[in-house]
Amino acid sequence: MGFLDAVAKFRSGLARTRDSLMARVQQLAATHTRIDDETLEQLEEILLGADVGPATTTEILRRLKERARTEGFDSSDRLSELLKDEVARLLHVDGEPAPLPILPTSQRPLVIMVVGVNGVGKTTTIGKLAWQYRQAGKRVVIGAADTFRAAAKEQLDIWAQRAGAEIAGQSQSADPASVAFEALNTGVAHDADVVIVDTAGRLHTKLNLMEELKKIRRVMDKRLPGAPHEVLLVLDATTGQNGLQQVRMFTDAVQVTGLVLTKLDGTAKGGIVIAVSHDLGIPVRFIGVGEAIDDLQPFDRRAFIDALFDQSPSGGSSE
Amino acid sequence: MFESLSQKLELAFKKLRGQGRITPQNVEESLREVRRALLEADVNYRVAKQFIDSVQVRAVGQEVLSSVTPGQQIIKIIFDEMVQLLGNTRADIATASNPPTVILVAGLQGSGKTTFSAKLALHLKSKGRLPLLVAADVHRPAAIDQLETLGQQIEIPVYADRGAGAVKIAGDAVAFARKNIRDTIIVDTAGRLHVDEEMMREVEAVKAVLAPHEILFVVDSMTGQDAVTTAKAFHDRLNYDGIVLTKLDGDSRGGAALSIRAVVEKPIKFVGIGEKLDALEPFYPDRIASRILGMGDIVTLVEKAHQQIDVEKATRLEEKLRKSQFTFDDFLDQLREIRKMGPLSQIASMIPGLNRLPANAELDERGLVRVEAIIQSMTREERQRPAMINGSRRRRIALGSGTTVKDVSRLLKQFEEMQRMMKRLSKGNVRRTMQQMRFPTN
Repeated sequence: MGFLDAVAKFRSGLARTRDSLMARVQQLAATHTRIDDETLEQLEEILLGADVGPATTTEILRRLKERARTEGFDSSDRLSELLKDEVARLLHVDGEPAPLPILPTSQRPLVIMVVGVNGVGKTTTIGKLAWQYRQAGKRVVIGAADTFRAAAKEQLDIWAQRAGAEIAGQSQSADPASVAFEALNTGVAHDADVVIVDTAGRLHTKLNLMEELKKIRRVMDKRLPGAPHEVLLVLDATTGQNGLQQVRMFTDAVQVTGLVLTKLDGTAKGGIVIAVSHDLGIPVRFIGVGEAIDDLQPFDRRAFIDALFDQSPSGGSSE
Repeated sequence: MFESLSQKLELAFKKLRGQGRITPQNVEESLREVRRALLEADVNYRVAKQFIDSVQVRAVGQEVLSSVTPGQQIIKIIFDEMVQLLGNTRADIATASNPPTVILVAGLQGSGKTTFSAKLALHLKSKGRLPLLVAADVHRPAAIDQLETLGQQIEIPVYADRGAGAVKIAGDAVAFARKNIRDTIIVDTAGRLHVDEEMMREVEAVKAVLAPHEILFVVDSMTGQDAVTTAKAFHDRLNYDGIVLTKLDGDSRGGAALSIRAVVEKPIKFVGIGEKLDALEPFYPDRIASRILGMGDIVTLVEKAHQQIDVEKATRLEEKLRKSQFTFDDFLDQLREIRKMGPLSQIASMIPGLNRLPANAELDERGLVRVEAIIQSMTREERQRPAMINGSRRRRIALGSGTTVKDVSRLLKQFEEMQRMMKRLSKGNVRRTMQQMRFPTN
C-alpha cells in the first residue's frame, strides 16, 4: 500500500469524525463572528459530543478564553486554528509517527502483549498487526492466550493464516500464562522477530482477572527478561468516559505502553483519546479504520489532528 | 473516582443556606453540577440538556423552595424523572401464538450479541422453552464456532450452515426449528456499523425472511456520545422492539441507557452483568438511575458480594466460627474475598452512607495491603495462636512486613476484639454477620 493510499484511507476512516466535528466548528465560526459566551457554549457541545468529556472540554475552553483575552482578539476567524492548537497540546504532539517497533537481531524477539475489555477488537487488531509485520518481512509468532472465550483460538487461527504468521498455544481451557510462556518458547526456537500475545477480554473491575493478567506478564518476563516490550491496550472508539478508567486500571496492572484505537470507521469521534492523552499521557500507537486486514495504521498524532481539523478540499467536510 | 453527585449538591446547598435564600438562579447553579454528572456518565449532551430543562421546571416550583433539605429534594426529583424516562414498567419479550417464536439479535461489533444470544437461550430454557440458536454471523472469523461451543455448554442446539449466506441460513433455520420442534429461535447476526450500507441491507433482508416476533438491539453500556446515533440508525432500519444493555458488571455509569431511551421509544429489556452464561437480568430502571447519578447502588453491592464470595469457603468459616477457631489464616481469606469485589473506593461508592466519608478515611487500600503483609509475616503457629506473639515477635513481624510495632499491635488488638465478637455469634446467621462486620484497615 502506497503512502498516498494510506493517507486517503486514514482520512476516509476519520471522515465521519471530521465531518461532524470540523463542519460544526466551521459553521459555528461562520454564524458567530465573536468568541463570546454563546460561541464557547456551542463549542463545548461540539467537544462533548465527540466524547472529549467534561473535564478536558472545560480545560480546552478555559485555555481558549484565556488566549483570546491575553492575545487580544475576539473574532471567531481563528477559532478552528486555536482549537487545533489546543488539541495538539493535549495530545503532546511531537514530530514523526512511531514506526513499527522492532528489536535488534541479537535481542529478538520483540514481545507485544495485547489487552483490553471485552469486544474492543483485540483479536482482529492482532491479525492486522501481524500482517503489518509480515509485510515488513518479519517473522511473527502469535500466542493464543485467550483461553476463556469460546472459539477465540479458531478466530485467531484464521487471522494468523491470513497474515501468514505462526500460531502457538494449545487447545481450550489451558492456562493463559502457560500459553504465553509457550509462545515465547516458540518465538525463540523459531527465531521470530516478533511475538504477539493475545489475552482474553476482561473488564478492568474484575480483580481476579486483572491478577491473572499480571501473572501472564510476570511469566513472560521470567522467560525473556524485559518482555513484554510493548503492552498495547485496545480501546473501542465508541467508548465514552469509562475509557479513562480502563486505561488507568490496565496501566496499574500491566504497565500499558500504548493504545490502539479501533472502530474509527463508524461515526464515533474517538475524543476519549484526547482525554486519555491529557490525563494519563499514554500515547496512541495504532488506529483501526476498517475491517480489512490492512486497516490498521500507525497513529500519527499530527495526521490525526490534521485529519480532524483539515479544511482543504481533499479532506473537507461533506456539507 | 467520581465525586458523588449527592455530595456536590449538598455542598452547593450548604452555601445557599448560608445566604438564607434559595432562588431559581441558585437552583440553576446546582443543576449545572447535575449536568456535569450526567456528562461524566456518558449521557448524550443533548439529552442531558433536555433532561436538565425538564427537571428545572419542576425544581424551581414550590416543593423545593419550601423544603428543609433542598439538596435531597432535588435529587429525588431528578431520580424520579430519570426512572420515568428509563421506563417504569417491565417489558417481556414477545411470544408467538403460533410457534416458533423468532427473535433477531442485532448490534455493533463487540457489543456482546453472541454471548447475549446464548444467555437468552439459557434463560428461556430454564422457563421450559425449547430454544434453537442460529449462527447467522457469516462474517467474523470463527463466530459460528463460538456459538456452537456456547450451545454445547448450555446444551442447546445450534443451527449452522457453513458457506451459506445469512439470509439463507435464517430462512432454513425456521424450517429446521419446525421440523425439530423447537419453539423459539434466536438468530445471532454479525456485528455491523450502522454506516455500512451493505451490511445494513443484509440485516434488513434477514429480517424480511424471518418476520421476527422480537428484534433486540444489543448495546455496550460503556458506549459514549455515539450511542444515540447508532441506536437511532438501527431503529430506523429495523424498528427493533427492545434494547439489551451489556457489560454492566464493569464500572461504567451507563449513561448510554438514558441517551438511547431519549431517542428511541423502546424498552430496555435485559442487562448483561457477567461473562457467565447465567449472568442475564431483567432491567431495573431505579438501579441504573442511581448509577448514572453516582448515588450508590446498594443492591448491586449485595449481589456482587454474593457473586464473589466463595460459598464453600464461607460455610467452612461458619463451622470454624461456631467452634471459636477463627484464626489469622481465616482472617486473611476473608480479606481476600472482600478485595475480590473490587477496589475499596469502588465498593464504598456503592454504599450511600459511605460515599460521604472523607476520602481515605478507613478505606485506604494500602491499609489492607499492610494488614495482609503483617499477617503474612507471621509464622503458621503465630497465625493459629496469636496470643503467643510477644514483644520480640512483634518486632520481627513489623520488620518483615515493613510496618511498625505499633501497627502490628493495633492489628492484634483489633483481631482480639473481633474474636471476642465472633464468640458471641455462635448462633444465628454467621455468614450475614461476616458481611456486615467492619474489618480493621489500620
